[in-house]
Amino acid sequence: MKRLKVIDQDRCVGCELCMFACQRRFGEGGFGKSTIFVHSRGGMSRGFTVVVCRACEDPPCALVCPTDALQVRKGGGVILQSHKCIGCGNCRDACTIGAVFWDEEANKPAICIHCGYCAKYCPHGVIALVEKKKLDVKT
Amino acid sequence: MLKHDPLQKVLYIDLTGRRSWSEYRPELFEKYIGGAGVASALLQEHCPQGADPLGPDNPIIFAVGPLVGLFPMASKTVAMFKSPHTGNFGESHAGGRSAVSIRLAGYGAIVIKGASQTPLYITIFNDKVQFYDGRGIWGMKSNLAARALREREPGSGMRTIMRIGLAGERLVSYACLITETYRHFGRMGLGTVFGSKKLKAMIIGGKQSLPVADKKNYKKIYDEIFHQILTDSSLKKYHDLGTALNLVPLNKLRALPTKNLQDAYFEGVERISGENLAENYLGRRIACTHCPIACIHLAALREPYLDEPYFYKTTFMSYDYELVYALGTMLGLDNPKGLFHLMDEIEVLGLDAITTGVVLAWITESFNKGLITKRETIDLQPKWGEYQTYREMVRNIVLQPNEFYQIVAKGVEHTSEIYGGKDFALAFGRNEMPGYHTGYGSYLTFLTGARHSHLDSGGYGLDRKILGKEGLGPNFYAEELLKEECHRQILCSLVICLFARGVYTHEVISQALETAGFNLKVDELMKIGREILKQKYVFKMREGFSFERLSIPKRILETPSPFGVLKEGFLKEAVLLYKKLLLGGQNEI
Repeated sequence: MKRLKVIDQDRCVGCELCMFACQRRFGEGGFGKSTIFVHSRGGMSRGFTVVVCRACEDPPCALVCPTDALQVRKGGGVILQSHKCIGCGNCRDACTIGAVFWDEEANKPAICIHCGYCAKYCPHGVIALVEKKKLDVKT
Repeated sequence: MLKHDPLQKVLYIDLTGRRSWSEYRPELFEKYIGGAGVASALLQEHCPQGADPLGPDNPIIFAVGPLVGLFPMASKTVAMFKSPHTGNFGESHAGGRSAVSIRLAGYGAIVIKGASQTPLYITIFNDKVQFYDGRGIWGMKSNLAARALREREPGSGMRTIMRIGLAGERLVSYACLITETYRHFGRMGLGTVFGSKKLKAMIIGGKQSLPVADKKNYKKIYDEIFHQILTDSSLKKYHDLGTALNLVPLNKLRALPTKNLQDAYFEGVERISGENLAENYLGRRIACTHCPIACIHLAALREPYLDEPYFYKTTFMSYDYELVYALGTMLGLDNPKGLFHLMDEIEVLGLDAITTGVVLAWITESFNKGLITKRETIDLQPKWGEYQTYREMVRNIVLQPNEFYQIVAKGVEHTSEIYGGKDFALAFGRNEMPGYHTGYGSYLTFLTGARHSHLDSGGYGLDRKILGKEGLGPNFYAEELLKEECHRQILCSLVICLFARGVYTHEVISQALETAGFNLKVDELMKIGREILKQKYVFKMREGFSFERLSIPKRILETPSPFGVLKEGFLKEAVLLYKKLLLGGQNEI
């Protein structure tokens, strides 16, 4: 099972190409539905934080969902069953690292499916799709 | 244009009445695409003839283009206004997060009119525009004001924070507008216009989705452009060393203006070269939104406080070729740390670094020649390479404690009209020169370019291309530069970073535009480019610009260029030929 991993966020230059790539999966521009997010650590001179789902094996977001719309994915992380979601936002509040994003247009969460599309567009080696078992202590 | 593309929405902000509204203007974007094209049409609409650049009538226009948020390196915002520095057409570009933020907040352009009585700042998050009391951040250095706003307002990562420093507040005519700490609407005094309106800062943010005409084709064209950008060798060098890589080659050519262009070769260049700065000081590289190149190079300067042992601070400063030229070689300064200190002072006070450097260089030469004395400088003795004195002077330019500093706060052309020294006052169309003593091409760009910027038609690039070729007359230059300037109107209307001009050929542009719902063939693009340039000149002529009255500082004719000593007659002839080609022999457009 593969998952998207932030290899080294200190290599991030803040270009946000990953955010645009994520949105482009749907054949759209912008980043309204993006499930990866980059922001500065309080001004660009301090570098950037890359926020994306860590594929928790026991994900808090799924635990707090009142309609079981978030199905735990084999190998960690969740899959949204959109028809069940009522847009309450509990999942967003439950994620400690803020990796449950919000699709304002659909009023539903936007959560990484670990497809690795974004990693193909990161020219600076910040993120990669890796085998889950290869994860080391630093994650 | 696609039916639901938010690009066609123009946001109007009236600072006098503190109100805002938006209008759908699809016709503007269909005709002029965006960026420079749309902004110049809006400037024509909103700036009354003879408007006082510092009065409420002077509009500030920001415009982006259809490819922003869709394709990489469509990352610039074009600002237009009447320049308080030149008293005529003002245009300035910046990247950072500005373009994507405006586009994803749901706008193609923003028009700011009126003026506030008291300091304020504005936030624009999607449809919500809010006016806030700015007195709490008025008088603050640009970086500190930004820090306060960054912590107070939401949207980190998908917003731009535009702000001015003290220079803008105190109406130095060449104050810049800073965005994301390290990018600038540097030239022509946009910061001054902000200051005149008591507008300290503006935050714009949003994260909308953007439609495309053909999803599959969009992804295909994106991949082609992305691949091209990553494999383009000219772009790799901007990633590696940044624009400062140009110092050594320009010095070898003897085209690097030094000590107010008394020379075109700088002995100390190795110490402040792109290579040396990268090896010894580079602390981080960062990028504008949607740009894989990351040309922004930040130096990390670790220094002790002198009042206590083992007490250090580390400051980050962005350096670019133009800054190293204006504050380094022009001032005979080859000490990197001194250079960074000077850059930092100019950054936090919010001045145009190119103009400031040229002003300081003029002051030094005038002081050496006795045109000005310690009476004018308030006991400061400028000397090539002595950055502490220059730092003091920069503060004085902003604070303007006497008449002399009030005058130099308006640029070298104005100053030399009062104190003399016009022959070595290095400005063109009242805009201080960028760092290219490469030949006729460069100076013709400064003279004929609509905003008197090296980027208007890139004549310095033309010079380097044709070096060694003989017998090219004024006509050749006029034709080439006009063609290039028309072409660049298209790039700047799409707000594509000029570094990517080799990737975005007209064919690629035409394909990319198709995915955004624009059907423009290559020949139509050229026609639009020319029309946009003409429109800029309509404004310039209306405000009193005249090709015939352009003055040429003698200094550029004295110091030999890579093409030898330049001839005034050649330049003047080429300027008139350019005029003829642009206007077709008419005096009026």
